Amino acid sequence: MTCEELLKALNEYVDGAQLTEICEEFSQHLAGCNPCQVVVDNIRQTISLYRDGQPYEMPKNFEERLQQSLKSKWEEKFGSPVKPTANG
Amino acid sequence: MESQLLDEPTDIGLLQRAKVGDFVAFQQLVAKLQPRVYGLTYRILQQTQDAEDATQQTFLALIEHIADFREESSVATWVLKIATNHALKILRKKRGGKMVSMADMASDDNYNDIPHPEFIAPWSQTADEIVQQAEVQEELEKALLELDDKYRLVFVLRDVEGLSVKETAQALDLTESTVKVRLLRARLALRERLTKKFGDAMQAMIPDHKHS
Repeated sequence: MTCEELLKALNEYVDGAQLTEICEEFSQHLAGCNPCQVVVDNIRQTISLYRDGQPYEMPKNFEERLQQSLKSKWEEKFGSPVKPTANG
Repeated sequence: MESQLLDEPTDIGLLQRAKVGDFVAFQQLVAKLQPRVYGLTYRILQQTQDAEDATQQTFLALIEHIADFREESSVATWVLKIATNHALKILRKKRGGKMVSMADMASDDNYNDIPHPEFIAPWSQTADEIVQQAEVQEELEKALLELDDKYRLVFVLRDVEGLSVKETAQALDLTESTVKVRLLRARLALRERLTKKFGDAMQAMIPDHKHS
């Protein structure tokens, strides 16, 4: 496996696909190729940064508007007024 | 990957109660899913007002189609697909209908000329450490903004939201092989950008190494 071939098979390797053949070749290449090792590690870190990032805060006033519009749609759809909850 | 406390109702449990008219269950479901729906639509549309519109349309559509859930995927995945649909409609309108690039088989939807990594260096901190820093989120969003729509969409669904390649392909109406190529290009582009930021220049390596 060349560095270029390794690049093409990166997704499968990073996503842990059960392609033992590719993985073996891949690992063999990595063991002897420091730059490729670093690239794979960089990509893993990149993905994990995005995956573990903070969720966006929804603007507070939007949340209220959303509730309101969902409530009217619900009443329209289910035909009956929404029962008020016990604590109002 | 949901953490499931014993007394916390599941998405599917809430959906089933909502189906038969339980509005409180529906509101609970919305509360659980809205951070992901808003985050997804924001990352696709990059604008607060548009993300709000797409989020609202998603949950209105959920009421309309609540009986249609077929349990072929998780509730969250189903709702994220609906959200993607609405976000794409808004994105297409914003781009004046000129989103030809979303179609399959664009010129770079193959493995020819995959850009070789340019700046190769180990990061000076681990992702776990970096993610704690205050300015990091902004940095990540900026990097995402620089990606073309077609790469950003695939990356956000697959790597941020954790959909499978198949689910991402369904949500975007693409083939799985196109999703894979775009995902690779997106990952490499983000790696390049973030390694310039977080890589240790002292340990940088020669990029055009070629062997065997």
